[in-house]
Amino acid sequence: MPLELLESPDLNANQREGLWTLNFGPQHPATHTTLRLVLQLDGEMVIDAEPDIGFLHSGFEKLGEVLDFNQYVTIVDRMNYISPMANEIAWHHAVEKLLGIDLTPRCKYIRTIFAELMRIHDHLLCLGTCVLDLGGATAFMYAFNERETIYEICERASGQRFHTSYTRVGGLLYDVTDDWVKMVRDFVRNFPKVYRDFSGLVMKNRIFVERTRDVGVLSREEAIAGGATGPVARASGVVRDLRRDEPYLAYEDFDFDVCASQGGDCYARFQVRMMEMLESIKIIEQAIENIPAGPIFAAGTGKESMPDKREVYRSIEGLIHHFESVMPNRQMQAPKESVYAATESPNGELGYYIVGDGSFRAYRARTRPPSLLHFSLFSRMMRGCMLSDVVAVLGSINIIAAELDR
Amino acid sequence: MTTETPKPSSVEIDAVKVKLADSLIGVALEWSEFRDQYRVVFPATELLKCLNAFKFAGFEQLSDLTAVDLLEYSNATDRFEVVYCLLNVDTGLRLIAKTYLNEPDLTIPSATSVWSGADWLEREVYDMYGILFSGHPNFKRLLLPQEFQSFPMRKDYPVKGRGERHNFPVITRAES
Repeated sequence: MPLELLESPDLNANQREGLWTLNFGPQHPATHTTLRLVLQLDGEMVIDAEPDIGFLHSGFEKLGEVLDFNQYVTIVDRMNYISPMANEIAWHHAVEKLLGIDLTPRCKYIRTIFAELMRIHDHLLCLGTCVLDLGGATAFMYAFNERETIYEICERASGQRFHTSYTRVGGLLYDVTDDWVKMVRDFVRNFPKVYRDFSGLVMKNRIFVERTRDVGVLSREEAIAGGATGPVARASGVVRDLRRDEPYLAYEDFDFDVCASQGGDCYARFQVRMMEMLESIKIIEQAIENIPAGPIFAAGTGKESMPDKREVYRSIEGLIHHFESVMPNRQMQAPKESVYAATESPNGELGYYIVGDGSFRAYRARTRPPSLLHFSLFSRMMRGCMLSDVVAVLGSINIIAAELDR
Repeated sequence: MTTETPKPSSVEIDAVKVKLADSLIGVALEWSEFRDQYRVVFPATELLKCLNAFKFAGFEQLSDLTAVDLLEYSNATDRFEVVYCLLNVDTGLRLIAKTYLNEPDLTIPSATSVWSGADWLEREVYDMYGILFSGHPNFKRLLLPQEFQSFPMRKDYPVKGRGERHNFPVITRAES
């Protein structure tokens, strides 16, 4: 890797005396995936932390210009693979905004339930693994046990545990079943108990509190100017949540609170994530009992909706419909316009800037990954911290390298 | 669909338009709207002045900064479009500000002095499109190796690449 990264421009030769350089990553248990930090240390104090990223760059955005709106969903899945369906929902939210498609109430509710399940999914991993990095293995097991249940819920709906590819333009791959509803109900019923155990193990744990309180502080002004969103911004006192401020899907129908804190440190970020999980449960509880009946694709619409598979196999009309929705020369045409649309993903504002060129694929599919902007604030958060705080700060901003590098 | 009372966002955007008209006298701004989203095209020659005026008009956060290569876009007259997605954190109003660039002069001033979040976003745009940002404090490639020669998100760059990956220098343990 380039050696010039070792020459930090901010330090002159005098300051450099007595400092030593530590290469943190790209292969390190606390980086979770592959990202690299070059730390300038004075004893145990971190003087400068320079991130070096790009190890997982895979040209996702270039692929977004080759694959059509439905095909690209398999790629966005792999961006933030901690909460894959949140990416799919964000991607198709942007595509539907470009195409001007209104979803059916049933589809909106199912997507909302999944978006909230993904939030719990993501926050559990973020909290669980950070506690593991800080030396406590028990809470990690509690978190991953619950994540397993969510995987099963995903599998029941889409046939895939991990990379679900469940959403389609204007709808969903399959409708959900009563079985699935029962699984979600069970999850909602069981989760508060696990939450209490987890919360007691972590949030009141003296070691955890001392390792995270007043560590990695980010002020409100820095959070706004630096582009921080989601739990990171809310922990710094920016009370902004796209679910409330720019309601999409069915969020207008539900009663929930936006969780925020004034602390700005790692503990505040964990606290916000913990509280958000309870709010998500509240939303799922309201949504699962009120899923409207009806189709998952908007009725009467032509090419933009995928036909029901039973129709495709049993009727000539269904088969024609299927061909029309997948053949490049027969597909729906996107307007020659551009939109930016964002959703509140577990990590923050996940936006897509899509340019349409009159075909069923994006001329430009730009992802606005929350991880990228959060990680660019990392060296600012590390000021005055110790070497052992690096893993706490990294864990609290929940960097997903696949989304960071795309 | 017609509504009797104007949408709250249209009242806000009118206020922004008035503010910008005051602070940007003589600068040609071109407004448009698509699916409730407000867009403005401003001249690249007045970039920093415009960006500062946008920030002054309440857009405190730069949500996203990206570029589009318009090489194969039908009826496009310019080569590159640089897009600033702006957000007013208090009111939630969004503004998509765009400017156009043409070869050979692909240098524009950096927005890092206006929004510190532009730092990595500008490095990524350079990395992928080769657009240069003057006045950036730490200007180099973000995702790709520093010795990489091309700009892969340009439309004239093939999806399969040009074989860079196969020609990466192999560093042996003895050399490192």
